Amino acid sequence: MASLKDLRNRIASVKATQKITKAMQMVAAAKLRKAQMAAEAARPYSERMAKVLANISSAMEGQENAPALMVGNGSDQRHLLVVATAERGLCGGFNSSIARIAREKARALQADGKDVSILCVGKKGYDALKMEFASILMEPITFREVKNVGFNEANIVGQKVLGMFADGEFDVCTLFYSEFQSVISQIPTEQQLIPANISGSDEGEATDDADVSYEYEPDEEVLLADLLPRNVSIQIFRAILENAASEQGARMSAMDNATRNAGEMIDKLTLSFNRQRQAQITKELIEIISGAEAL
Amino acid sequence: MAEAFAFELVSPEALVLSGEANEVVVPGNEGYFTVLANHAPFMSAVKPGVVNVTMADGAASQIFVRGGFADVSPSGFTLLAEQAVDLKDFDMTDLEQQIQNAKEDVKDAEGEKKVAAEKNLAQLEEAREAVKLATGAVSH
Repeated sequence: MASLKDLRNRIASVKATQKITKAMQMVAAAKLRKAQMAAEAARPYSERMAKVLANISSAMEGQENAPALMVGNGSDQRHLLVVATAERGLCGGFNSSIARIAREKARALQADGKDVSILCVGKKGYDALKMEFASILMEPITFREVKNVGFNEANIVGQKVLGMFADGEFDVCTLFYSEFQSVISQIPTEQQLIPANISGSDEGEATDDADVSYEYEPDEEVLLADLLPRNVSIQIFRAILENAASEQGARMSAMDNATRNAGEMIDKLTLSFNRQRQAQITKELIEIISGAEAL
Repeated sequence: MAEAFAFELVSPEALVLSGEANEVVVPGNEGYFTVLANHAPFMSAVKPGVVNVTMADGAASQIFVRGGFADVSPSGFTLLAEQAVDLKDFDMTDLEQQIQNAKEDVKDAEGEKKVAAEKNLAQLEEAREAVKLATGAVSH
């Protein structure tokens, strides 16, 4: 049985922990609001981009010289998995759930005899995957020093992926990130980046302008070749923003849980502290009384 | 009185400008072009430079854009720009830095990449001229 002093110390330390988790929860809440705003601000761009791409690709339909970024290079032997996670932990199952779907995908692809390589954006995904996939992991890209990850950072990742594609290092690229639904629900998602999956994404919206005959300057082919790499960066940017919001949401609910658990623990410890104190008082009283009776 | 049309300038980080415009002058890849109401459907790549917008209420603004794409459709004009900064807040040193980087790229690159790097540099230098011209016009 722990002594009174031990119990007092434990209560004090749990209280200190509770203060930290409470503060982290509030910080996460403030950051979440910012991350959500950033994600919303980026939405118009990617929506318009999807619309424009749908318009051009419908004009290009059936042509043989469509760019490789759109139709692929005819092979699906080598896969690149881009795994976007957070830089920091203490956010519940956020990082591990993204790592899990990436791991499952990598295993499935390897079982099919495909070549897989993995590019991690964010340190935590790298840490989670390095045990099993050390040989096929690439040097991770981390934005630990960057305070607000903007389009420029996403562009760095995009350029790297595009450069590798141009050098013929992979055939199919899949992006893993966590889509933000609400504070309590983030959905780990996989999305195919290359070849771009355009036709299925936005068909309903594109039709209203699709029958208009556009004039292109320079021609469709050049434009599409210009737009598709940009689209890759935009998709990565969107994933990073979704991730940022998801991370803060996950951290907020994880820290809320931790704060509540700490509260319960304090209650339990206080109860046993009081019981023990009472027991000691009773014991001392008995000693005094029985001492008096012996006289 | 000029007719107004819906105009939107979007960058990845924000919806920069949205509203009714009378006239928009855009640095297209193959030359400047002006968009007025009822323009024919038109798509063009945009090179780095300055966009001149005259809104329906007469307010004019000059915005530096870098790497973009213009989509003129019957429903309006959408300009997608990788970077869009109001010329008033524009930082010239940033552009100088980019030009410096581009120069180094030209030096390092070879073959096909060299051509692309040179093109990039030429575009940036042209953009610098455009910015100088525009800021000069503002101060008069």
